Amino acid sequence: MIYFDNSATTKPDSTVLQSFQQISQQYYGNPSSIHRFGLEAQTLLRKAHEQAADILDIDVNEVVFTSGGTEGNNIAIKGIALAHQNKGKHIITSQIEHPSVMEACKSLENIGFEVTYLPVNDKGIVDVHHVQQALREDTILVSIMHINNELGSIQPVKEIGELVKHRTTTYFHVDHVQGFGKVPLSLKKDGVDLCTISGHKIHGLKGTGLLYIRKGINIFPLFDGGAQQSNYRSGTENVAGIVSLVKAMRLINEKQKNNRNYLYQLNQLLRDLLQEISSVQFNTAKDQAPHIFNFSVPGYKPEVIIHALGERDIFISTKSACSSKKPDESTVLRAIGLSEERTKSGLRVSFSYQNTEEEIELFCRSLRKVIQQLSLVMG
Amino acid sequence: MLYDHILIRYGELSLKGKNRKKFIYQLHENVRTKLNHFPAVKIHNARDRMTIMLNGQEPTPIIEACQSIFGIQSLSLAIKVENDQEKIKAAALEALKDNQASSTFKITTRRADKSFPIGSQEFNHVVGSHLLRNTDNYKVDVHHPDVELHIDIRTQATYITSKKIKGAGGLPVGSAGKTLLLLSGGIDSPVAGYLMMRRGVKLEAVHFHSPPYTSEAAKQKVLDLTKHLTYYGNQIKVHIVPFTALQQKIHREIPHGYSMTVMRRMMLKISEKIAEKENILSLTTGESLGQVASQTMQSMHTINETTAYPILRPLVSMDKEAIIRISKDIHTYDISIRPHEDCCTVFVPKAPKTKPKLDKVKYFEGLMDMGDDIEQIMRNLETITLTQASNNNDFDALF
Repeated sequence: MIYFDNSATTKPDSTVLQSFQQISQQYYGNPSSIHRFGLEAQTLLRKAHEQAADILDIDVNEVVFTSGGTEGNNIAIKGIALAHQNKGKHIITSQIEHPSVMEACKSLENIGFEVTYLPVNDKGIVDVHHVQQALREDTILVSIMHINNELGSIQPVKEIGELVKHRTTTYFHVDHVQGFGKVPLSLKKDGVDLCTISGHKIHGLKGTGLLYIRKGINIFPLFDGGAQQSNYRSGTENVAGIVSLVKAMRLINEKQKNNRNYLYQLNQLLRDLLQEISSVQFNTAKDQAPHIFNFSVPGYKPEVIIHALGERDIFISTKSACSSKKPDESTVLRAIGLSEERTKSGLRVSFSYQNTEEEIELFCRSLRKVIQQLSLVMG
Repeated sequence: MLYDHILIRYGELSLKGKNRKKFIYQLHENVRTKLNHFPAVKIHNARDRMTIMLNGQEPTPIIEACQSIFGIQSLSLAIKVENDQEKIKAAALEALKDNQASSTFKITTRRADKSFPIGSQEFNHVVGSHLLRNTDNYKVDVHHPDVELHIDIRTQATYITSKKIKGAGGLPVGSAGKTLLLLSGGIDSPVAGYLMMRRGVKLEAVHFHSPPYTSEAAKQKVLDLTKHLTYYGNQIKVHIVPFTALQQKIHREIPHGYSMTVMRRMMLKISEKIAEKENILSLTTGESLGQVASQTMQSMHTINETTAYPILRPLVSMDKEAIIRISKDIHTYDISIRPHEDCCTVFVPKAPKTKPKLDKVKYFEGLMDMGDDIEQIMRNLETITLTQASNNNDFDALF
């Protein structure tokens, strides 16, 4: 089997699973209980906070554990909007955000907020000058992703952070779900105020994630209850999930440090081999994130290619899995100005550190054959 | 890599005549233990300085580790070269270029090796003009230089350093004996322990545990605090005293206004026994004058009377704010404020005497049937040894 859909989700690491299982069985206490079981869970939770803070180079009190990317993005965007609406009701985001950002913004529009959806250039990158022009006195939030999930395009987080840093009533949120562990981001230095990370994209478990909230930032909590996690997110902490998440973070961080060029090598090989297939057109520009690559085979229904590859035990995807159920074209590909022929035939390959060069060679050979077969009926 | 070693300058111990050897030995031991997980580095001592050969190790984490070792006045990254003019000039140039965002420099040569052919003043000029010729935009400024290059010409070799990094000061832990710290879990006692270590004293700790009135969490808190202190003192033994039975008896048999005073006296008595057993010659507390009922002058007098051991109170004259500041600096504050009861808070009477009279205390104590309570406590002591490397629990594999 060749699994090239790592931006949809990844295979959980077996040691991460072991931690989850062991904690679920042995240390199932509620961290808020004061007996020994509670104390153990509390100690685990504290260590998890320390490890996450250490990896992200932030303070332990700035870590909020969540159920994943969608929750992190919702807490960040709605939490900031609702807590700071007295200072302004304007939000800036982009046209290529993940649905959990896009739809959260649309919900806020329904209750009286104003949202600017910035366009991107043909590489899928937001222009910093557009951000600067869009900033207004009543702008309370700028939410821009780091790595786009369909294209792999890298957004100018650092430059946007520079712009927002000096504004006391504007916060900067970064959806780092696709970037963490692959393309480094320096939260403190780059002026990021809030940052979303998800566990299942980094060989952790579904239902785990983390939101960084810079010290001193007030958030309107989406969940009220027992005031866990400094009241940012009530609800008994998922200790097993949380520990499994910080373990996955540590593991992928080590991989990133030790194999800095590996994903770039895979990316280059893929580009070289796909270049030789005449009907393939590249949608992802050069010098973007190494682990996501988007291309079109115009004239061929992408679903059919996916299924044909699936029969050969090769798994890639159309668009992002999160919006794949909608029949229309890719909004991201449309946003970079591609023709309808290409926006409707986009395919995405996404790597993890577990993939190999052999797999890429086999994939490219198989794709060539599939296209040949299908050209008899489609093409 | 440019720098090949770190130069360590001794603190006050340079002053300590005859003990000097012992101090240097102790400091060497402490540095060696601290740098245990950097197996490549080698440590050499000389009479007035210590050098850590990096052998390819990244210097930053080593410097950070050394900054927590008492007895070190300052540290510098250094280059060691032969006593050869050309080699010294080349190395000085590299050291200067290593300083970013600087535009002025000054050179200070010390010539301990008088056989070196050029005098210090003249050599300053020789090296200075070499640097000016081979760099752009640098000027000499002898009053307020951005970079101060030290060239130290000794008989064996020449050392070139450009930055002085502040060390922790104080004396090497272990060079001034041992003390037994009464560790409650509050803010003060860890700070008291830290200050004693700073004066070269090795710590053991005693904690009074009264289950079920105090929780496992309170005990864990004390172990976590101790673990933090091992960062400065490496190995620390904690003696956990099973205090419940005696505390209940005091509560039952001593008039409430005096129970706190008697309890404190018992704690000192038990601590003294432990100190005796462990060959420790003093007790240390986090008491600060006037903070609470037991810390008035009268209370201290009455409570102190029960032991002949010196009780060291490094915080006695400090304001709470100053104590909190240190506890934040040494990162014990966040642990100390965890909300767990300790044995002093659970049994504290509504109105403890702030001026307990010694004769009354002795009278009440005399009425109490002590039996072999203290012997029993001593038999059931739990002793836990923590080091920088030890874990308070076995959770590490899960992470």
